[in-house]
Amino acid sequence: MRKTGAEIVVELLQHYGVDLVFGYPGGTIMPVYDALYHSGLRHILARHEQGACHAADGYARATGKTGVVIATSGPGATNLVTGLATAYMDSVPLIAITGQVPTFAIGTDSFQEADIYGITIPITKYNYLVKDVAKLAETFAEAFYIARTGRPGPVLIDIPKDVQLASTEYAPVAQADIPLLKYTPEPQYEFDAQLDELVLLLRAAKRPVLFVGGGAVISNASVGIHRLARKLSLPVTNTLIANGVFPSQDPLSLGMAGMHGTRYANEAIFASDLLIAAGARFDDRVTGKIAEFAQRAKIVHIDIDPAEVGKVVPVDLSIIGNLKDVLDGLLAKLEAVDFEPQTKWLGQIKEWKEKYPLTYTQSASIIKPQCVIQTISELTQGEAIITTGVGQHQMWASLYCDHRHPKHFITSGGLGTMGFCVPSGIGAQLGCPDKLVVTITGDGSFQMNLQELATAAYYNIPVKIVILNNGYLGMVRQWQEMFFERRYSETHLEDGNPDFVMVAKGFGLEAFRVTRPEEVRPTLAMAFALPGPVVIDCRVEKEENVWPMIPTGGTVKDTIEH
Amino acid sequence: MAITALNQEPELKQYTLSILVRNHAGVLSHVAGLFTRRGYNIESISAGITERSDITRITIVVTGDHKILEQVLKQCQKLVDVIKIASLKYNESVTRELAIISVNARHENRSKIIEIADVFSANIVDMAEDAIILEVVGNARRINSIIQLLSPFGIEDIARTGVVALAYRSQIPPIN
Ligand SMILES: Cc1ncc(C[n+]2csc(CCOP(=O)(O)OP(=O)(O)O)c2C)c(N)n1
Repeated sequence: MRKTGAEIVVELLQHYGVDLVFGYPGGTIMPVYDALYHSGLRHILARHEQGACHAADGYARATGKTGVVIATSGPGATNLVTGLATAYMDSVPLIAITGQVPTFAIGTDSFQEADIYGITIPITKYNYLVKDVAKLAETFAEAFYIARTGRPGPVLIDIPKDVQLASTEYAPVAQADIPLLKYTPEPQYEFDAQLDELVLLLRAAKRPVLFVGGGAVISNASVGIHRLARKLSLPVTNTLIANGVFPSQDPLSLGMAGMHGTRYANEAIFASDLLIAAGARFDDRVTGKIAEFAQRAKIVHIDIDPAEVGKVVPVDLSIIGNLKDVLDGLLAKLEAVDFEPQTKWLGQIKEWKEKYPLTYTQSASIIKPQCVIQTISELTQGEAIITTGVGQHQMWASLYCDHRHPKHFITSGGLGTMGFCVPSGIGAQLGCPDKLVVTITGDGSFQMNLQELATAAYYNIPVKIVILNNGYLGMVRQWQEMFFERRYSETHLEDGNPDFVMVAKGFGLEAFRVTRPEEVRPTLAMAFALPGPVVIDCRVEKEENVWPMIPTGGTVKDTIEH
Repeated sequence: MAITALNQEPELKQYTLSILVRNHAGVLSHVAGLFTRRGYNIESISAGITERSDITRITIVVTGDHKILEQVLKQCQKLVDVIKIASLKYNESVTRELAIISVNARHENRSKIIEIADVFSANIVDMAEDAIILEVVGNARRINSIIQLLSPFGIEDIARTGVVALAYRSQIPPIN
């Protein structure tokens, strides 16, 4: 059947199982919006393309599906840049569709022309400029395949307006027909021999640590991680985005490692003689000083991306593959092997946990941000999906939440994007309508993309937004306090902050303010029970700091406890 | 002594990479961009279609240390368009470059320049009152030497294609 490019785009989205798209219209994408009009494909109109992109990202992280975002050319497309870079750094599968000026106008600086193809090369897994309507089907087949498989990532498809308007015979392309694609999502390396080697290393290890990263979330490896930890009594630590892969209340859990990780996680890594990194990429926020990171340990790196192996730290053994498969293989081999728990090592870890617990000074008169997070966690019993902004509140959310399930802690880890909070909460809520979604943010992060409150209100997306309002760009202020002799240069927000309750009400949300510690629990409990979106402005301790902390480039010995 | 000096690995080395890619408009930006982003200096880059019009061969000469090279090769291998990538060893591949050199040639210097051209089997492709344009083919060393020999006469312009290379098919047994 003959169809226009725009109709084909919409049909292809449906063909690849998309039931929800986020976006914002404009001149060069109007044919696609016209095709959407009668299509039945649900579209969520954000209030800013960055919001739409983060929402698609939050949707993807919460559901494991591929998020889709649509924008117009020029400013619409460039507004996606931060969202795409955020998704790219954390390996989130997204398809971004942008309008482009007509092919004959490309390169003439025509109205709303921007080379989004060129701009997004470094921040997408792959991208396209489709100049021929007959290529759309093939392009979408490739794009979805690339975005979803292997190490996932965002893929951008730029479509000039004349291509959307042109018509052609349409039939979706089967995956196998993609010409010349040598892209191998999961290099079929044999890892049987490496697994044998790993078993030997495990048997010899006296102080083993399992270190899990975002790859464990993506490959749904939680069960395998669990079984492995149980079988070997392996202490487990995790990166920021892997919170929830292994339950944080488990006695074997060490929680998050790194700059603001727990002291006991960092002590354990430092002292370990075998570190098994599973889907983690050794970000500098985790390693600190590379030369001394796990310096006594043999390092085993399991990852789906061969380019991650040896990128930051030299490894003794690498296993390339889907983490879930690797763990299944390993567990099968371990079945016949009996392991004695390393009681001395576990005793040492227990000692560290007792010696260096996560603590903060309680107060009866001032709300402590950590306490708000603990209260959220208690009220929701670790069953809520948490999304965050970036800053102190993000670290406290990571440290003080009771993480029970994977895909329940959604945060911008790699790029550290403020303003991710509200839109990602909206996306997660749309993806998981039966879950309670709580967005934990700061007064700074909240004000980036707060326009999306309109989206939440209009579609009645019942996300609960908790602002830990300290009146500062808290994390930057903390660094100024520690490293710049308290010169709080341009980090004081309080005097310029609007009344968040009025703002939220203006957008049509329910909103509450809490100023006293005893109000926290009842207000949150009441708010969480409301059927619609809510903003809770918590006035918290202004100059609270995130502890512990290892300053940049340091090691566990440089930990600052308080 | 001399031999060990030759075998010594310098900190920074030149590598010739031969990369087969899907042929489309943006592929060169994807590949070249990766090298600059990962801190690798591109000395030369050349691209042209192969015996199949849908496949392009890109030859890139880069300088960097071995550890970074390994990382860049892996990153490059990961690019969706890359079909195959090889780092060519100098003594196991044919390496060629073409240079067009415009050199000042006052009357009294002409025969000297022609003599140099002869030695290098360079073609004289243009001759004016006071200038000669030569074309020379060879590996980088050969081209650098002719440039060096011609510079005293005054080189006006040079255009170089950048290196193209292919691995040898024949195998020579080691001499023992
Ligand atoms: C888009 C963006 N701009 C700047 C930064 C740098 N930055 C990191 S944390 C932070 C402060 C965040 O303040 P707030 O959201 O109020 O959270 P708090 O640290 O107070 O909890 C800033 C400015 C960033 N991460 N992202």
